[in-house]
Amino acid sequence: MRLRGRQIDCVRGGRAVFSGLDFEAASSHALAVVGPNGSGKTSLLRLIAGLLVPAGGSVALEGGADELTLPEQTHYLGHRDALKPALSVLENLSFWRDFLGGDASDPHECLAKVGLAHATHLPAAYLSAGQRRRLSIARLLAVRRPVWLLDEPTSALDAAGQDLFAGLMQGHLARGGIIVAATHAPLGIEAGELRMGGSA
Amino acid sequence: MTALAALIRRDIRIALRVGGGALIGVLFFLTVTVLMPFALGPDLALLTRLGPSILWLGALLASLLTLDRLFTSDHEDGSLDLIVMGRTPLELACAAKALAHWLAAGLPLIIATPVLGLMLNLDATATSAVALTLLVGTPALTFIGMIGAALAVTLHRGGLLLAVLVLPLSIPVLIFGVAASQAAISGPLPFGTPFSILCAISLVSFVIGPFAAAASLRHGLD
Repeated sequence: MRLRGRQIDCVRGGRAVFSGLDFEAASSHALAVVGPNGSGKTSLLRLIAGLLVPAGGSVALEGGADELTLPEQTHYLGHRDALKPALSVLENLSFWRDFLGGDASDPHECLAKVGLAHATHLPAAYLSAGQRRRLSIARLLAVRRPVWLLDEPTSALDAAGQDLFAGLMQGHLARGGIIVAATHAPLGIEAGELRMGGSA
Repeated sequence: MTALAALIRRDIRIALRVGGGALIGVLFFLTVTVLMPFALGPDLALLTRLGPSILWLGALLASLLTLDRLFTSDHEDGSLDLIVMGRTPLELACAAKALAHWLAAGLPLIIATPVLGLMLNLDATATSAVALTLLVGTPALTFIGMIGAALAVTLHRGGLLLAVLVLPLSIPVLIFGVAASQAAISGPLPFGTPFSILCAISLVSFVIGPFAAAASLRHGLD
């Protein structure tokens, strides 16, 4: 499997964010997207996720499932948590598991893996920022997707949470997954680097 | 199917919990209808004549009141991104959301109708005629309103825009809904004629609504 972007141009609000960008990430490899604020890291991730349309160029997953599009094989962990405050932790996770579909695993197990086993019935409104992030991460585990797009995944996580997440990312890579992460902080895993902005 | 069932279940659950807003619509409907006899005076014949129109107008405004949350809350917390990316066709997901919205916010209006009919001096026939036309017509309001909700999703404070967009489109529903109710009460038209047209409008909205909403959601992403 190989995620490949060719000559991507991204225009937002009439302003070119980046142009002629090439990148490549193979199975079991992580790609860290780094660069100053406003250099287009989030735009790149949303572009891969199919949430933005590139002004030029293309992104493709080679060797993925034929009948599925790239966004359908992708997990996107954005700034916003996609959590409903009125629903409990378990209800939030079960919903995404059922809605996203595909190879699913037991939500209780996923919550245990991210350290939220004690809070399953708590409404998500009462979670701290770090716990919300952990619950979002549990979504990545609840349904299997080969490509993970992570936008500042470790923000709001404590040191233990960052270690835990690094372990989960290692596990995903070991199963042949691909990770593209926009980040300022070190990810805690071995990753290639894609530098945005500045000279690019 | 599990995906759509999960989406419907989630939306109904959120709507029924604290702050969900499903009951806001019914309360508004109740308030508007209860105020009418005070405004029009105690003329029972007049109330009977205006009853169906008052109920329909109340239901129309009440269903509009909660529609603007249909997509905005999902947009604000990022759920909409994941719904768009998901393996379920966006058109079906939109239809499921509209159905959930109608079950949580539209159906209670119809259940409240017999009680409100009493306040407007409507007899059993008239009340059931209005309830039946609302049962057929309010889904059309939801599915037409969904188009406006999808267009207004990226705008902050899109609620007013939603009303301006949706109300002209819902005029046919209002006309035939009230016409069918009046026909059942006073004639001279047979009930079936306007009622069939109302059913047809609903069926058309079920087809057009999800596609138009999905198209405008895809277009409005940023």
